[in-house]
Amino acid sequence: MFLKWFNRLILLVYALLILVPLYFVFVSSFKTSSNFFISPFSWPDPFTWDNITGMFRNQPMWQYFGNSLVVTLGTVAIELVLSSMIAYAIVRWGGSVGKIVFALFVAGLIVPSQVSMLPIYSLTRTLGWSDSLTGLIVVSAAMLMPVSVFMLTGFMRMLNSEILEAGSMDGANEWRLYTRIALPLAAPSLAATATFLLVMVWNDLLIPMLMLSSKSKLTLPLALMQFRGEYVTNYPMMLTGVLVTAIPMIVLFLLLQRYFVAGLTAGSLKG
Amino acid sequence: MKNRIQLSLFLLPGLLLYVALFVFPTLTGLFYSFTDWDGVSPSYAFVGLDNYKDSLSSIVFRKAFGNNVEFMLTVVIAQTFISLVLALLLVRNTKTRIVLRALYFLPAILSSVSVGLIWAFMYDPSIGLINYGLNEAGMSSMARNWIGDPKIAIYSIAAVQVWAHAGQMMIVFIAGLQGIPAELYEAARMDGGSKWQVFRTVTWPLLAPSATIVVAYTTIQSFKAFDLIFTMTDGGPNYATEILTTYIYHTAFGSYSFGLASAGSMIFLVLLALLTLLQFKALRADRVSY
Repeated sequence: MFLKWFNRLILLVYALLILVPLYFVFVSSFKTSSNFFISPFSWPDPFTWDNITGMFRNQPMWQYFGNSLVVTLGTVAIELVLSSMIAYAIVRWGGSVGKIVFALFVAGLIVPSQVSMLPIYSLTRTLGWSDSLTGLIVVSAAMLMPVSVFMLTGFMRMLNSEILEAGSMDGANEWRLYTRIALPLAAPSLAATATFLLVMVWNDLLIPMLMLSSKSKLTLPLALMQFRGEYVTNYPMMLTGVLVTAIPMIVLFLLLQRYFVAGLTAGSLKG
Repeated sequence: MKNRIQLSLFLLPGLLLYVALFVFPTLTGLFYSFTDWDGVSPSYAFVGLDNYKDSLSSIVFRKAFGNNVEFMLTVVIAQTFISLVLALLLVRNTKTRIVLRALYFLPAILSSVSVGLIWAFMYDPSIGLINYGLNEAGMSSMARNWIGDPKIAIYSIAAVQVWAHAGQMMIVFIAGLQGIPAELYEAARMDGGSKWQVFRTVTWPLLAPSATIVVAYTTIQSFKAFDLIFTMTDGGPNYATEILTTYIYHTAFGSYSFGLASAGSMIFLVLLALLTLLQFKALRADRVSY
């Protein structure tokens, strides 16, 4: 009996540990500065929208949102198309060729962006891709190839190869087999991979930081870093920025929980 | 019946992109590590292994390495323990437990920048909530300058890293726990085993593969941490939270020693590769079959 209550206590304390910081982000976003400093624990009194409206008025928030959205969707789309084609070819080809191609991509898993950032930074400057969202999309897509090829190849291996064989006996070419059989069957795993990539790209700091410089090009995490400089002591404003950035991800998470969990878990298995 | 020509076309676009923008640049990074390039000027000279010697003998580099190990060990031990306890408590599929799982997992989807800003505020010495709470509870002596005190800053950030990812690792453990056949538990209980004995003889050995995944992932994840530290302390105060990744960044973009930073990143890569190799060995070693 005691044990049961003790277990419940652990779960409650941990839930509070997650909820309390998030609760503060939320309430601080609707507080006036004085209310925030006098009683940080309380519900907003007076309740004000000024932080949020002020933020959208003083900052090109929609622009940041748009940039983040374009970069994320662009990168994930390119990534899914190219990686699923490669994964399909690896599984279908098999043998030593499949192994070598797979190994080439997996080798990239070990190189973190903190290592590839220096040469990629100098290469993109040479190519004149600095401060371009398109450049960032292409570079991010290249850097994420190892992860997504690894994940998708794992999923595609589970496909029943006999179905594909039967299809090719009937005279279907590889493109048809890939679009009509492989992709539909792999749809749930594509969704899991997509959410995993989505979280990664939406939250990425390092590569956008090195490639983007003008204010009109910033993505949300970069904008947050900039607020940190601008609103040094204005915590309510900074936390409003955190809230505004987190909301789309949290909404997506609540809607697509299953895929998020599957994607991030599968992603963590790749290390 | 495989059409190899068609399959080659499938490989082509992705391979081109990957080789041109990832494989090739990474190899040029190795090349730069033998030069004194500053990253901007058109000319540079070869300096042989000087950058490697300078890195290994540099006080900051050594300090960063030490911090890196400290940060990694703290995160691995705390996160593995916490995520295992949470998984054991939430393994049964009841409504409440499923909601709690989602809640514990939630921080993993926030960007490190957001998490860093939230906790910079929680830790703030004068208006931060942690000290405010301690003062309110009459425990003012416990209040600290959490990320401004060189002695504890690295541990404060390690705690945030665990806060953000323990829930994610809990999910890996739950998947492992739910994969253990129920009849094994039945058998152990029939033999009159106590809860603890069942855990020791059934749960723990069969959980070894999941534990290895959690430890391996956490090790690598925390060894190459960057965003969180960059956001919260940027390696300060006085290099107390400088780790290898922030050292590489500061060397390249702070003091414009691109060659030196490249050498540092190559050493970092070798260390990471060794860590990964060790983890793989461990993964191979404890495959449990039932």
